[in-house]
Amino acid sequence: MSAWSPEHPDALDQLNQRPQPRPKVAVHKFSSCDGCQLAFINAGEALITLSQLVDIVHFAEAGPLDAEAEVDIAFVEGSISTPHEKERIEQVRRQSRFLVSIGACATSGGLQALRNFNSHSAEQWTQAVYAQPAYIDSLETATPVAEHVKVDLELWGCPVNARQVFAAIRALLFGVMPLIDKDKLCVECKRRGNVCVLVAKGEPCMGPVTHLGCGALCPAFGRDCYACFGPAENPNTHALARRFVGLGLLPEEIAHRFHFINSHTPAFRSAGLEWAE
Amino acid sequence: MTELRDIRIEVPVLARVEGEGALELEARNGKIEHLRLRIFEPPRYFEKFLEGRSYQAVLDIVARICGICPVAYQMSAVQAIEQAFGVTPSAWVTDQRRLMYCGEWLQSHALHIHLLALPDFLGFDNGIAMAAKYPEEVKRGLRLQRLGNDIIALFGGRSVHPIGVRPGGFHHNLNPEQLARCLEGLRTALPDARALVGWTAGLSLPDDQQDFTNVALRHASEYAMYSGRVISDQGHDLAVDEYERHFRELHEAHSTALYSLLDGRPYLVGPLARLNLNHDQLSPAAQQALAETGWQLPSRNMFHSIIARAVETYEVVLEAIRLLENHQPTDTPYVVCEPRAGEGFGATEAPRGLLWHHYRFSEDGKVLHARIVPPTAQNQARMEEDLRQSLEAFGLHHEDDAIRLRGETVIRNYDPCISCATHFLTLKMRR
Repeated sequence: MSAWSPEHPDALDQLNQRPQPRPKVAVHKFSSCDGCQLAFINAGEALITLSQLVDIVHFAEAGPLDAEAEVDIAFVEGSISTPHEKERIEQVRRQSRFLVSIGACATSGGLQALRNFNSHSAEQWTQAVYAQPAYIDSLETATPVAEHVKVDLELWGCPVNARQVFAAIRALLFGVMPLIDKDKLCVECKRRGNVCVLVAKGEPCMGPVTHLGCGALCPAFGRDCYACFGPAENPNTHALARRFVGLGLLPEEIAHRFHFINSHTPAFRSAGLEWAE
Repeated sequence: MTELRDIRIEVPVLARVEGEGALELEARNGKIEHLRLRIFEPPRYFEKFLEGRSYQAVLDIVARICGICPVAYQMSAVQAIEQAFGVTPSAWVTDQRRLMYCGEWLQSHALHIHLLALPDFLGFDNGIAMAAKYPEEVKRGLRLQRLGNDIIALFGGRSVHPIGVRPGGFHHNLNPEQLARCLEGLRTALPDARALVGWTAGLSLPDDQQDFTNVALRHASEYAMYSGRVISDQGHDLAVDEYERHFRELHEAHSTALYSLLDGRPYLVGPLARLNLNHDQLSPAAQQALAETGWQLPSRNMFHSIIARAVETYEVVLEAIRLLENHQPTDTPYVVCEPRAGEGFGATEAPRGLLWHHYRFSEDGKVLHARIVPPTAQNQARMEEDLRQSLEAFGLHHEDDAIRLRGETVIRNYDPCISCATHFLTLKMRR
């Protein structure tokens, strides 16, 4: 069920062998909306407590600046979408013992990864949006951090919440790998006692294939999940897509259900492509 | 003789703004010859993702433009969608949206005043360092910010990328227990919010008078936030769909953000512009608090922005209490929205200023065209103009570090959200 996932146990050893017991922490931003960093900034007094437990050496939005510092734990928000970001993420990897990617952009490329399989190239889009396209320096794709460097832990969600981030830091401070439950949203939804919006209302809910962790917010509000936490472990996307056909969705609408916030994940990418025209 | 030397200062990241930016400055004989505020935020092509998507996905997409002000994006977009489909939401819906928006102003302003702007005026590098010396002030900021987030979560389940708004209204009613806790929290925080007005007015702020055009929404009967007409102190009074007649966006070589000009000239949007134009519409209690400070409006000093944010913080706490006290549950939190071919416009006041949206839809409700003009793009030309004037007034004889800090402080007055339009201030200085 819930997976214990030591993606890279050697990185944990590295972290546990740090010279100073008080870890140095950095929060780096790449192509993103800044919303996942708010998991720290919105934590209120927990942020102050955190600043007493660790040295926050780089966190531009909150103030501390030392982008080149060697750190024990680096949190990375955002996807890699410019040539400069490609270089920067390699630099961040070199100077960090343990690297955590946070949020949909960093773990899957995020919403902006929709450009990856657009029939138009990013260049055409640049020409459509910007009057002076020559000034815009952008890669053809927006891709997750793990496509560029080794990532030691991924926290999924658009956005990640304080519980995810602080639970991970606490576990790492204790020297163990954080436990990440990768089960389906349906499990969380049932625990909350929500009425199933797929069964009871015929809404095209993505819950059966979506990573839990948000608190099953959308079904609790009577609406269908739109998979902002990405794919769960072993998602049966094919069966769910067939169910959506039964609900009367057109192929393009089914493709759009998978090609949304986390379109670049292998599971959602292929499921969407099956239905895209 | 003035010694001419080339100095290059690298500040890898402009702290305490949202996004990435850099400032290039060339000065000679105490005069600025060349100044550019560069914005590097990677292009994310939101307007293109929207094309071909159903109107039902628009609110979830536009929220992702900015994690700090997702409610603003949803509020401008939802009104454009409703206009396009000829739907008028109930007064209940309009009230609740205003209440939700109060939450976003409260969290954004509380964060900006305490963690982003205040370190400049109290002499710290950042809010975390400041917390050791000023723990009560920082905790006050965090409490107010928390309350704002709680209000958003009442309607949206979470404060970042909330999920509760839909074309026609809201997905559900409020949870009465959460509502009661929120109201109690706001009443407890009211004295804090009131004291904040006098406290910020008592800060030692630079005096730098400049001439600029103020632009904001103005509503017939309330302090504009969720809707209104676009007005300026140059006599503009435009319906939201007339915006493009006077406002134009230009793209400059040095920036991924577009520059917006009003009749060819820079202008200001945001808290100071709003107060300058609309302070007569503040609630009596906020007017009273304002009067006690002795602060004269309109103000021509951008450093007063922190006081303007404090006044608005108090105003939205008062307004949120009023709306929560009058809140009645309803059986119909939304009206059904049937798509049709058409176009719609939406403009609201994001915490950092006017946010304008325009959409065209196909018959089956797919987005054919989307255009979004965020507040930071509107302020960019004004920020450059301000930097030029305020750095000369500050004196270019200062050390590079002092000039850089003053430049950053000027930029932070605008609370730029560079995700939606840039944290990378590299000051390149030639003198």
